[in-house]
Amino acid sequence: MSVADQVPDVAAEAPKAARERIYRHAAATRVTHWINFLCIAVLLFSGLQIFNAHPRLYWGQYGANFDRPVIAIDTHTGIDGQPVGITRIGGLAFNTTGFLGASDSNGHREGRGFPGWLTLPSIRDLATGRNYHFFFAWLLAINGIVYLIVSLASRHLQRDLTLRRDELRLKHLASDIWAHIKLHIPRGEESKRYNTLQKIAYLSVIFGLIPLMVLTGLTMSPGVDAAFPVLLDFFGGRQSARTIHFLVAMTIVAFVFVHLFEIFLVGAWNEIRSMITGWYEVKPEKHQ
Amino acid sequence: MTRVLVDRRRALSLGATGLGGLLLAGCDSVVRAPAARAFIRRAEGLSFGIQRALLSGQRMAREFSPEQMSPVFRSNGSVNPQNLDYVALRNGNFAGYRLIVDGLVGSPLNLSLAQLMALPRRAQITRHDCVEGWSAIGKWTGVPLHEVLNRANILTSARFIVFECFDLKPASGGMTPYYESIDLLDAFHPQTILAYAMNDTPLEVAHGAPLRLRVERQLGYKQAKYIKRIRAVSSLDGTFGGKGGYWEDTTGYEWYAGI
Repeated sequence: MSVADQVPDVAAEAPKAARERIYRHAAATRVTHWINFLCIAVLLFSGLQIFNAHPRLYWGQYGANFDRPVIAIDTHTGIDGQPVGITRIGGLAFNTTGFLGASDSNGHREGRGFPGWLTLPSIRDLATGRNYHFFFAWLLAINGIVYLIVSLASRHLQRDLTLRRDELRLKHLASDIWAHIKLHIPRGEESKRYNTLQKIAYLSVIFGLIPLMVLTGLTMSPGVDAAFPVLLDFFGGRQSARTIHFLVAMTIVAFVFVHLFEIFLVGAWNEIRSMITGWYEVKPEKHQ
Repeated sequence: MTRVLVDRRRALSLGATGLGGLLLAGCDSVVRAPAARAFIRRAEGLSFGIQRALLSGQRMAREFSPEQMSPVFRSNGSVNPQNLDYVALRNGNFAGYRLIVDGLVGSPLNLSLAQLMALPRRAQITRHDCVEGWSAIGKWTGVPLHEVLNRANILTSARFIVFECFDLKPASGGMTPYYESIDLLDAFHPQTILAYAMNDTPLEVAHGAPLRLRVERQLGYKQAKYIKRIRAVSSLDGTFGGKGGYWEDTTGYEWYAGI
């Protein structure tokens, strides 16, 4: 019982020897997961570097300095001569000095969209940012295709991610949402499967957000636009596509934060280890 | 036993934090290292190859209607060259301007603006995409580049067309003329024109007067302004920095700017 004083959560569970371990993630899932992680990290930070070259977003076929942006991170000069960051969303304006529009770099404040600690490279270097963005965009696409082929062939997608009819019933969805609000931690049999909201989140990323990123990214290419002008009609123009690209990227960032939150909630070490070795330790049911 | 586990976890997280700090600090030097960039830039060949395959059959860039044009067309890069030869031409309203066409051609040309305007012309309302991310839609009128190249009897040994410009830009060895280059597939594309008018008025100085390139399926930095000389070459190696353009030589923008 002395152990319980130090680490209560361990004591509440069964002795270690009795723990059930399951092989949760196939090698292909694990490898593609971590390649995806690397790609999304580099694409995000290099993407913010590219965004910083013109930190304004428009709707329609065209958009430049004289046109009205839907979102803009502007730099103004304050009365003390120092840069001031003003972020505008629609008709609203916020002073975001220190983070957006003006941030500190090597001890002095300078005007830039996103701060240097969020861009790759940290200094202004559009050419390098583009080089990395396009390399990792290719890697993301190839990795995604490999994942889809392997996951369909192994029936991982059909078995683990496809929503069953009973999962889509309103009552079940409501109880699943309530379980998430209560920060319910699944144990035993329940923890061996993805829950419904989890499936919806993964499916949305795999079949919604990432394909949208790829397509809006392609729509920004003048070469691809000549080959597939239908992309311009579908997204409403190159500048609309650029805006959607940015907003979907921020949605993926939000997904990553929720994903990390859930992992830390249910046990970061066990979750991360299962995505590295494949083996997952099942939390026993509470009997007391 | 459990204590050891906790300590190992703490050590791991401390290690990860320290590694993260090191990574951030060393990030720029690693990311921008020539070897790293050279490796990363291998993807350019893939993008170029795929786009060339998709654009076979000379697919056209979208042309817009007059109502879809930008109310104000932004200018950037060089907007008012100050070198004396250009200023003299500008002061004479470009009456003394001569476009030189030479290199790997059978009959070099020396054309005045009036002679260029007498050649077949094409007008197109297209979208200009800056590498920075913004776009503007404007109307361009000019002579298709292939009309000029055919009159110069371009040789079969030619592979690239190089555009040398009046405006001077800073480079490591002092000032250097802006220049750009395209391959023959783009050079003979129907929408590739030498524009002398924009939005139905003579090209303004800010937009590259008296003559600029429009190569519609590529980004803005390929659209050379203030064109002085057009040269057909077999290789880009001996031209200025050898990478096919001012920005390509100085900052590492991609030579193929269709993406």
